[in-house]
Amino acid sequence: MNYFDRFAIPHPSPAIYAAMVAIGLTVIAILLGLTYFKKWSYLWREWLTTVDHKKIGIMYLIAALLMLFRGGVDALMMRAQTAVPDNTLLDAQHYNEVFTTHGVVMIIFMAMPFIYALMNFVVPLQIGARDVAFPRLNALSFWLFFMGAMLFNISFVVGGSPDAGWTSYFPLAGNDFSQSVGTNYYLLSIQIAGIGTLISGINFMTTIFKMRAPGMKLMKMPMFTWTALITNAIVVFAFPVLTVTLLLGTMDRLFGTHIFSMTNGGMDMLWANLFWVWGHPEVYILVLPAFGIYSEIVSTFSRRNLYGYKSMVASIVIISFLSFLVWTHHFFTMGQGPLTNSIFSITTMAIAIPTGIKIFNWLLTMRKGKIEFTVPMLYTIGFIPIFTIGGVTGVMLGMASADYQYHNTMFLVAHFHYTIIPGVVFAMLAGLTYWWPKMFGFMLSEKIGKWAFWLIAVGFNVTFFPMFFTGLDGQARRMYTYSEGTGYGALNLLSFAGAIVLAIGFAVLVYNIYYSTRYASRNISSDPWNARTLEWATHSPVPAYNFARTPHVNSIEAFWDHKKKKQPLFKGNIEKIHMPNNSGMPFIISCIFFVWGFSFIFSMWIPAILTTIAIFACMAHRSFEKDDGYYISVKEVEETEKDSEVLTDENR
Amino acid sequence: MRMKWAFLSLVVGLLAVLAGCEPVMVLDPKGPQAETIADVIWISIAMMAIVVVAVFSMLVYIVVKYRASKQSADYEPPHIEGNAIVEAIIVGIPVLIIIFLSIVTVKSVYKVEATPQGYEDQKPLIVYASSSDWKWHFSYPEENIETVNYLYIPTDRALEFRLYSYGPISAFWIPQLGGQKYAMSDMITTLHLAADTPGEYMGRNSNFTGKGFAENIFDVEAMPAAEFDKWVEDVKANAETLTEEKFEELLLPGHLGRSTYNGTHLEFSPAPEGHYHGDDSADHSSHMHED
Repeated sequence: MNYFDRFAIPHPSPAIYAAMVAIGLTVIAILLGLTYFKKWSYLWREWLTTVDHKKIGIMYLIAALLMLFRGGVDALMMRAQTAVPDNTLLDAQHYNEVFTTHGVVMIIFMAMPFIYALMNFVVPLQIGARDVAFPRLNALSFWLFFMGAMLFNISFVVGGSPDAGWTSYFPLAGNDFSQSVGTNYYLLSIQIAGIGTLISGINFMTTIFKMRAPGMKLMKMPMFTWTALITNAIVVFAFPVLTVTLLLGTMDRLFGTHIFSMTNGGMDMLWANLFWVWGHPEVYILVLPAFGIYSEIVSTFSRRNLYGYKSMVASIVIISFLSFLVWTHHFFTMGQGPLTNSIFSITTMAIAIPTGIKIFNWLLTMRKGKIEFTVPMLYTIGFIPIFTIGGVTGVMLGMASADYQYHNTMFLVAHFHYTIIPGVVFAMLAGLTYWWPKMFGFMLSEKIGKWAFWLIAVGFNVTFFPMFFTGLDGQARRMYTYSEGTGYGALNLLSFAGAIVLAIGFAVLVYNIYYSTRYASRNISSDPWNARTLEWATHSPVPAYNFARTPHVNSIEAFWDHKKKKQPLFKGNIEKIHMPNNSGMPFIISCIFFVWGFSFIFSMWIPAILTTIAIFACMAHRSFEKDDGYYISVKEVEETEKDSEVLTDENR
Repeated sequence: MRMKWAFLSLVVGLLAVLAGCEPVMVLDPKGPQAETIADVIWISIAMMAIVVVAVFSMLVYIVVKYRASKQSADYEPPHIEGNAIVEAIIVGIPVLIIIFLSIVTVKSVYKVEATPQGYEDQKPLIVYASSSDWKWHFSYPEENIETVNYLYIPTDRALEFRLYSYGPISAFWIPQLGGQKYAMSDMITTLHLAADTPGEYMGRNSNFTGKGFAENIFDVEAMPAAEFDKWVEDVKANAETLTEEKFEELLLPGHLGRSTYNGTHLEFSPAPEGHYHGDDSADHSSHMHED
């Protein structure tokens, strides 16, 4: 391939030029806007260099929501293309790129930052800490993720998107069959984001192990913190596999090795093996924090403590172990023999048991409660039946012999959307609505929020339920079109209609954010939901130092017991508070990583070498840096805490 | 609440409409292997329906009964840590269900991975099915004929497909005869099928292989043995011979219609069987796996 052809310029599709112009204009508008409103130094000071876990959480949130819409547009394009037989809206190549980016964006660049948004914001508050263990590394995690995401997103205008599916099976993804630079984008952008995630995993495990408030034993941690701990443990074990797998793929594509090739001793099933050794635990990385969020919400709005706390903890630990023992079910059909398939069938189905425990515990938490149908609670109640369908179809897929019929079909597509959407998207929207007042100091409109929920819940079911049937009727996934004779038309059209309703639901959600930002009352208490965990024991929004005085914990629901049984929560006087300094280094090194990734994608070796040196130079610089942070004075803290309810609370 | 009922009735309505349709392919088996799998699917649907009904009815009951709007303002929900008996039930029943489904799975996996039951006494018809971008090549070594993109098979006889690929990983699937299996470049995977009823069935590659994937389909026609033998005779008398040159041409990426040949490509381009896996590299010592 000619060198300049790799950039796909000139490009055959005029839509790409339109996209380029749109991106260019947006960038110019942002730059001009920042200059006009003199916001450059504000942006640099408050956001680009911040090491505050709350601001990092909010940046993750913004990125996740943007990516949700990017991935959502991809989804709409797919459903539109398959809405009628023999449709020509998209050609095969374009469709392949769209479903590949949809998968990658939704899993890696939407769901992952969304869970890290909430973990970043909530976990330090829930354990009564000032920040995460390594605030600067936390900023680095975010910026690496962000630059990885941006790198992936420019693929469709410069060089072409990956087109081998989000699983990117070699040898299809190898140079012989995928000649554009798309798969290079896949390998390098996920690599960069993945390093960020791995750092986060270590950071959050350390935070939760070392920085809990006095008295908060492991078995007194709130459920969301428990799930965050276990999730990050899975991250620490699973992500190195991804790093190595992507590296091997990069070697094959850029340096001509034959690890996954069809010839010269390459093993084409090796990619599938390595990918799913990371990929299946990844599913639980996404869903466990969701379980934590639902646990918090269900107990808050049932006005009851969480039923079966110990079995909840046990079940997430068991799930985390099992998550590493099931990856082979992704290729039951690879000819590995009945014994292997039987073993992995049983381990796969076994996950239903701890998951079932959780479902029943949530139901039993609601029992004898006083259930209030707030928006977060609606998502939680909606999640239970939908996720149950996702779960039971998962058991059906786990039965190896039957999987020979479901594998690679729309049945599978329906199943994993029935788990991931209620299990991740619903949870994140529930968590977003629930913690929104803590983040921004005002509440989202309940009325508009309920509209969004019903549109999303109904739209979701109409979109994905028909796929169970088309799958059983032989419709394979990833087919860009089908003939009229197959009879898939009607159900696919129904799916498209559902997708439109779903899209309207998300639009209403955005409108809710806009509407509430403008009109919602800023006069809310620190605890508007009458909640039970520590994050509600400080102001909304939260001051930089989180808690003026360290909370002391005696029970699982320390804040609730503080409110109801007048247990003391904060002891001693206000003292000066040590805080870490802001740093531009995480942002700068991540920008260099962006250029580094781009250089490798296009095999531009000189900038690749220069940026590699620059990355090490930044690390060396950091290792010689002396930075002891700064103190917030007692006077300043007292000023902020002057009208705190919490302080007066304690004196009651 | 009204919305919830509207939603539920929508789902029920949808199910009713769908139930009126023709049976979906996977649940309309035309051979013993597909039938075994269809039975497994029905058993699992029944078991899972029990779980779904239990969870749905508990949810509706609890949400209706314990909603705040129905309760007095001074009701204080109790603090309940858990209950050993209740927790034993919510663990025990799922464990029993999973044990039952595991037994069903293991038995059926061994069944579909072996020669179909009732056909053990006769020699199976061996067909090599290889995929290339984006076609299927079917070689009948004993008959010494080859077809492209269509498959004739005798009914009431065990079929043994040996699958491999001249391109990316693909999957061979005839839903009404049995489950799919991957076809890969460096090894053979074996799929045991059989057809009970004469008829035309849809076959396709079900694993994504790039641009031409959607149209990567083939027709399957099952016919009585006598008719099949007649077809073989006919091919032998009339079809052109498959040369190496012609085969190389067929392997080029693209779509083709049906075609039929005398002889098979196995002679000059053997399947990746045995130690050498049909690998074209000189250095065979790099192969790690044994057969």
